[in-house]
Amino acid sequence: MAIVQTLLFAALAPLLAGWLKWCKCFLQNRRAPSLFQSYRDLIKLTRKQPVVAEHASWVFTRAPYIIFSATVLAASVVPLIAVNLPTSAIADVIVLVGFLGSARFFLALAGLDIGTAFGGMGSSREMTVSSLAEPAMLMAVFTLSMTASTTNLSVGITHVLNEGLVLRPSFVFALFALILVAVAETGRIPIDNPTTHLELTMIHEAMILEYSGRHLALIEWASQLKLMLYGVLIANIFFPWGIAETISLQSLLSGLLAIVGKLAVLAIVLAISETLVAKMRLFRVQEYLSFAYLLGLLGMLSHIILEASR
Amino acid sequence: MTLILAYGAVLLSFASGLFALITNRWQTLLAVSHRRIKKYFKIDNACWSWITKNLDEQQFFATLQQAVFILLGLSGMFAVLAGVSVLIDKTVLTDQIGLGLPWLPWHVRFDSLSGFFYLIIGIAVTAVSLYGPGYVRAYDEHKHPFAALGLFTGLFVSGMLLVLLADDAFFFMIAWELMSVASYFLVAIQHENPANRRAAFLYLLMAEVGALSIILAFGVLASSAGGFTFDALRDATLSDTRASIAFILALLGFGMKAGLVPLHVWLPEAHPAAPSHISALMSGVMLKVALYGLVRFCYDLIGTVQWQWGVVLVIIGTVSALGGILYAMMQTHLKRLLAYSSVENIGIIFMVLGLSMIFMGNGHPQLAALGFLAALFHAFNHALFKNLLFLCAGIIHHQTHELNIDMLGGLIKKMPQTSLIFLVGCMSISSLPLFNGFVSEWLAFQTALQVDVLNNGVLRSLIPVSAAALALTAALAAACFIKVFGLIFLGLPRSHNSQKAHEIADKGMLAGTTLLAGLCFLFGILPGIIINLLNGVAKQMLGETLPNDTAFNWLWLAPVSADKASYSPPLVLVGVLIAALLSFWYLRRSPETKTMRRAEAWDCGFGGLTPKMQYTGSAFAMPFQRIFARVWLLDEQIHKDVGGAMNLNVTAIHYQLQVQDHSWPTVYQPIVYAVNTAAKQVGRIQTGNIRTYLGYSFVTLLLMLWVIS
Repeated sequence: MAIVQTLLFAALAPLLAGWLKWCKCFLQNRRAPSLFQSYRDLIKLTRKQPVVAEHASWVFTRAPYIIFSATVLAASVVPLIAVNLPTSAIADVIVLVGFLGSARFFLALAGLDIGTAFGGMGSSREMTVSSLAEPAMLMAVFTLSMTASTTNLSVGITHVLNEGLVLRPSFVFALFALILVAVAETGRIPIDNPTTHLELTMIHEAMILEYSGRHLALIEWASQLKLMLYGVLIANIFFPWGIAETISLQSLLSGLLAIVGKLAVLAIVLAISETLVAKMRLFRVQEYLSFAYLLGLLGMLSHIILEASR
Repeated sequence: MTLILAYGAVLLSFASGLFALITNRWQTLLAVSHRRIKKYFKIDNACWSWITKNLDEQQFFATLQQAVFILLGLSGMFAVLAGVSVLIDKTVLTDQIGLGLPWLPWHVRFDSLSGFFYLIIGIAVTAVSLYGPGYVRAYDEHKHPFAALGLFTGLFVSGMLLVLLADDAFFFMIAWELMSVASYFLVAIQHENPANRRAAFLYLLMAEVGALSIILAFGVLASSAGGFTFDALRDATLSDTRASIAFILALLGFGMKAGLVPLHVWLPEAHPAAPSHISALMSGVMLKVALYGLVRFCYDLIGTVQWQWGVVLVIIGTVSALGGILYAMMQTHLKRLLAYSSVENIGIIFMVLGLSMIFMGNGHPQLAALGFLAALFHAFNHALFKNLLFLCAGIIHHQTHELNIDMLGGLIKKMPQTSLIFLVGCMSISSLPLFNGFVSEWLAFQTALQVDVLNNGVLRSLIPVSAAALALTAALAAACFIKVFGLIFLGLPRSHNSQKAHEIADKGMLAGTTLLAGLCFLFGILPGIIINLLNGVAKQMLGETLPNDTAFNWLWLAPVSADKASYSPPLVLVGVLIAALLSFWYLRRSPETKTMRRAEAWDCGFGGLTPKMQYTGSAFAMPFQRIFARVWLLDEQIHKDVGGAMNLNVTAIHYQLQVQDHSWPTVYQPIVYAVNTAAKQVGRIQTGNIRTYLGYSFVTLLLMLWVIS
């Protein structure tokens, strides 16, 4: 069951990317490509022969596999349609952050490997953004894990489910903090523009500029997975209703429908914000992320002051 | 038996030091052995030629060096055996040695805590002794005689081991001084360089000030105890104020050795000055001995830990961790960078130890055990990977004669094995899952998250903030070591030296580093081994262990309860392997696309990419430099060469960046100034006139007589 959920995760990720693109095109009065265009792109890339920069070493050619498998493993930990699956005990939310960190580590190394200015630029910027995002992310996560007194995602989600609909100020703060972090970590506007063609403004794209063929397919897929992973985290932690608590066909199907619905709504929100907001200067990113950290901190403080049991 | 092993380790390291001294007279030794062999053995020609080949001048000296390191290696192995056996037995061994003054025998105690640090030292020393012979061969015998290096290495190691054995304050201080002074000579070994002399002097000065502070701390304890043996100190009942004074003094003394901010200034100067295998020992192991001292002092000797001390440690630790890594980020000299990163890791260790004290002081011994375990585990891990990185830095220096990371590059193709080993070190220190650094950091986060049990609201908000700082530290460490690995090993060579580099030929140097890299990986996958050993230490120090409520505890790590948090590195490894192999197999199944085509990298269509166009270390750190600008004292100068009509044509741009520590002008300059001023004032009474001095003596004498009568 856990394996099925992971496969489902991997299979749905390109669909989410396609839907996001569709929403954006609709909002910007453009004609959208088919929802399944992302799948076609991935398949096309795997059929092509990869072209590798002449000075690249094994780090460059092996990194996509490492990045992909770390991201898949991270995805396998997150409850998608059902809680209480065996994989969620292998790793908790801190390990999840660690997986994403490993993927980023190798992506940044691959950027430096080819020996061009763009690669180094991308790596440097990516590490800047992510190291500022990490404390904000952890702050939001701490708020949740202290409320549920666990760092295990599955147990935490069950806890929220059992509590029912309670308006907790700490959760509201943590939700906004996590959304801001998710936007920064997945490289969306206003931090990074995934569709940019201008090398000087790139962050994520600058690192993968030299990738092609199956390597590019893996990295693209991994970043779609990462986007979906953050979406599922936000959806299932803050709005867990609908997720299957027992393993039966009916509850699983309703769980699937629920998560698809939640992700679709989240993607619409993201598309609207991406249409309305412009990309920001690199050196304003710190203000953005300190704001996210501040929200996380407020969430934590309001948990301690208002909600703690004693 | 265990105690014999422990003594054996000390004696062997002494022996290695003394043997190194003999090598100074190796020519005499050679002549003597020639004569002896001819005289006492009737041997045929074939055998004789074999012996003479071995007794050939160059070979003989190398063999002697080898023997010194073999002795040192044996000492390391003995230490490992002694440490492991006492950790498994969970016994406390005590003994007395009749050395020293007749009425003051040296008290020896070998328990789990000492055993654990014995294990750390043992592993490090074994790796260093594998690595050593190849490394010291490059030294010029006339300029830097091996005898000095070998002697002080042996004394240094035995000093560290004796500190762990000590069970009375006198013995402890003697061993401590042996360790400090021997390491001073090791730092000063390349004394022809004035910077090294200055570094060594600074180190000695701070080590002695720290030692004074430790002596005072023992004095405070002894004032309410019956003597200076640790048993007497343990039994003493202290008032809270006295205990706190003792704690502050001990923290000052041990913190100076450990390199906590702002007492760290000697560390980035002294570690790069020593030879690489010595900096590996100093950074990887000696700092841990300081940690041992503080743990022994607070948990064992004082006994009742107050939570306020924990708050002090958490704050100092957090500042050290963040400061250390931010300073490391801006360094271009590899060994300096690694030294600053040691400050960071020591900060993490002390912070987690502080968490443990907070829990202990608030009456949650089980959570205190969790923090204690996390701190010691991180100390163990740091010893492994920092040792590894320093030894690799030695290899890089050996092969390229360069330690400026901006002048290296592209070594991954020239030195494939070293690069892989170095990558393992970088991944461990950046705390990526599957490596040992991650496990201890994960335990640290788990400790911080248990803060809900505390009643104090301030503590409950302080600890998550420091945990967030820990997250920032970890992320910055990852960025820093991406920079290090990326600039040294990836990309194109930035200098002639790195262009010409080739893989190290010496098997021992590779074996030493491979051993450490293997252990980093092993304890990343199976942390349960060390955690079980550490449980015994926690039991002895705190009287509590972690609960073991999971079925397969080698497979799972569930420090609090399986419900709250669990992590299973072996299963993660299996998962990663499955995912990677599946994607690897699936994507490479078609034969046409299996091969890769090589082409030039994208150059925006301008052509002619050169190695100079790559990002440098300062370029990589530039965003961090702008964001955290207040942290450093930056002196940034940009100078343009202009030419052409009306000086509008910029022909070259020179960029210069100097990064300095804040602590030097704010803390140390005033002290230096005060000492100088006081010395000048005192100098006034020194007239140089004998009659005045006689007058002083007379007045003093009168005063003394008046006091006595």
